Amino acid sequence: MSRRVAIVGTGQTDHRSHRPDVNGREMIYEAVKRALADCESSIQDIDAVVIGNMDHFESINYVDTWSVEGSGAVMKPIMKVTTGGTTGTSVAIAAYYHVASGLFDRVLAIGWEKNSESDTTAAIITCSDPIWDRFSYSGAIPSLATEASAYMKQYGATQEDAARVAVRDRTHALNNPHAHLRKPITVEDVMASPMLAYPIKLLDVCPRTDGAAAVVFAADGIAQQIAPKPAWIKACAVRHTYTWFGDVDYTAGLVSLQEASREAYQQAGIGNPADDIDVAELYLPYSYAGLKWIEDLGFCRRGEGPTFIKEGHTDMGGKIPVNPSGGVISTNCIGATALLRVAEAALQVMGRAGQRQVPDVEVALATGFGGCFWSDVVILGAARP
Amino acid sequence: MDNMAIVGVAQTKFERRKEDKTNYDLVFEMTKGVLEDSGLTLKDVDNVVTVSNDFLDGRTISSMAVGEAAGARDKNISTVEGDGTFGAFYGAMRVLSGFNTTMVVAHSKGSEGDIKHITNGMFDPIFQRLLGLEAIAASAIQANAYMDRYGVGEESFAHVSVKNHGNAKNNPYAHLPMDLTVDDVMRSQKIADPIKLLDCSPVSDGAAAIIIANEAHARRAKTKPIWIKGIAHCADAFFLGDRDLADPKSLREAAKRAYAMAGMSDPMNALDVVELYDAFSYMEPLWLEGLGFCDPGGGSRLLEEGITTMSGTLPVNPSGGVLSSHALLAAGLARIIEAVLQLRGEAGNRQVPGAKTALAHGINGPCGQSHCVWVLSSEK
Repeated sequence: MSRRVAIVGTGQTDHRSHRPDVNGREMIYEAVKRALADCESSIQDIDAVVIGNMDHFESINYVDTWSVEGSGAVMKPIMKVTTGGTTGTSVAIAAYYHVASGLFDRVLAIGWEKNSESDTTAAIITCSDPIWDRFSYSGAIPSLATEASAYMKQYGATQEDAARVAVRDRTHALNNPHAHLRKPITVEDVMASPMLAYPIKLLDVCPRTDGAAAVVFAADGIAQQIAPKPAWIKACAVRHTYTWFGDVDYTAGLVSLQEASREAYQQAGIGNPADDIDVAELYLPYSYAGLKWIEDLGFCRRGEGPTFIKEGHTDMGGKIPVNPSGGVISTNCIGATALLRVAEAALQVMGRAGQRQVPDVEVALATGFGGCFWSDVVILGAARP
Repeated sequence: MDNMAIVGVAQTKFERRKEDKTNYDLVFEMTKGVLEDSGLTLKDVDNVVTVSNDFLDGRTISSMAVGEAAGARDKNISTVEGDGTFGAFYGAMRVLSGFNTTMVVAHSKGSEGDIKHITNGMFDPIFQRLLGLEAIAASAIQANAYMDRYGVGEESFAHVSVKNHGNAKNNPYAHLPMDLTVDDVMRSQKIADPIKLLDCSPVSDGAAAIIIANEAHARRAKTKPIWIKGIAHCADAFFLGDRDLADPKSLREAAKRAYAMAGMSDPMNALDVVELYDAFSYMEPLWLEGLGFCDPGGGSRLLEEGITTMSGTLPVNPSGGVLSSHALLAAGLARIIEAVLQLRGEAGNRQVPGAKTALAHGINGPCGQSHCVWVLSSEK
């Protein structure tokens, strides 16, 4: 039978656009050291390691075996799990299953990316099918621009509505000492920033970041000894719905997130997400997602995202604060990005989020987004499930 | 560990170039094949692990191209990048965590890429890549270290190639069934001393899939369940110079853990058949040492004494092994599949009579840096 599992420690680098002072393995080591220090453990306590990133960004093949001196996996089991943007949540979920299976007691999950060493768009273009999709949906932005345009047409949302999401996340980032972009912006700044692909402007999208994240998962019984207040995994669900961007129904909402969150809510016993969840760390790679995907998560009804944002329900102090860390729009070390959502959600549950802490968090939600409009959902809780 | 079993297997014929099939097609074919073998339907499968590599596929997020073909649109899915044995390991953990039935599918088309460049990408970009290190050159260093340590001769390795290509003649899925002599191997073209052409595995196109089920769901399959008794993996240091290449200590560690899990104190006697990852001929004796079947340096004697031949007490690679078919990633899964077929008694002409307990093995990284060991049994 499946064992209960909790997060007992997290570590992350101080994210920047360019880390010429460290190579990839050294950057991984930084996050691992911080995660181990966070839970007062040593690498000897770790039974297995899961690592993920996207190969073509740094052009390292077999990152699991390449990284062992940085990850601490020498003479330990290490496995590479990688699924595009969702990599970080996929790694976290894999670490969860490592422990839940009963085979390992303490497992280290690592996500990392050194985007400064990559031509990110050139690499990401090749995810699309070379014959059917690559000329229309090349890279990350075109499919998102399609989604944003369709959403605006369907519900009358405006570019200013989306800009408010970017402003919110960038404002929250001011409270996060690890965030990459820590400079406040206004709706006017977003509107005046260069157009990349209508309706997406420069300040609507995430940056490219160098950074790593590490999270320690432990089994029931051990977790309580390590952490005074562990963050228990209440649910996780994954939907990698599509293979072709041309198959996506851009007017149906984010189907993968609807399905994954429904399954996760059921596991976690969540009936009314906006009330039952205290804080959400969402993988929002661009501002329009912050309008639309909260509808798919059931925070508000279809088409009401812009009003929900405008009324401040997702701000710090609001009904359900979204991205106290500053989110993906403030920090995007791709393979680490979704793991940072899990790490930040864990910090909130553990009450260790410092200046970005939401008071009295019992239940926290983390999501991953990537691939072809794919979603991963992880729900953490303060109470042992 | 709760009981779980492999209840379905499928593999393609391994060949030089599958011109008429995309990766999507291969994965679709395997998904259909493994469901047919098990007698289960797609509805019975509650989660999927795909195994792919962005370098091999020439695509970022290589898993994106095959998820739908694996029937995973509405299922929990993840992707392991590495050998299929590691993907299967994740699949097994998911069953132990509460899923009922995991499908694991791996594919690769070596014909669509340049394997030298792809495996060069495993090495450190600053200190090693410019030296031209890739899988064959690195393995030549390991073969030399092994020969030098124990005084093993090149002929010993040639015997492995002769045995495994010969065994492949009984395997309809094998890429290179061949009648060889030691002389043929010794006279074949030198690739990187001491490795010659016929010491190398081919680069194959192919795919493979298995279904792992918990005990309750194993009963729903029409196949004889093959029980997973022990699984473990372990990684050595990265830089070749930091490792003792003649001592596969991460394999020894993985084997030790897998045997302990399976409750095996004398694996040599307990096992009836072994399918291991012999990407180069020297690897078979070296891995046999790591698996604890003989003392360090004694791997070659197991073949000289006939123990690892089809008529010996512990046949190794009845399928012809990786030397005869090497579709990267799928190759480790094929080792598990071959072990399952042996234990079901369905291995056709390559059947080891009465096989009840089998070992399957896969590797990741240069020179077997990381090893994964599976102990399987026909008995619960």
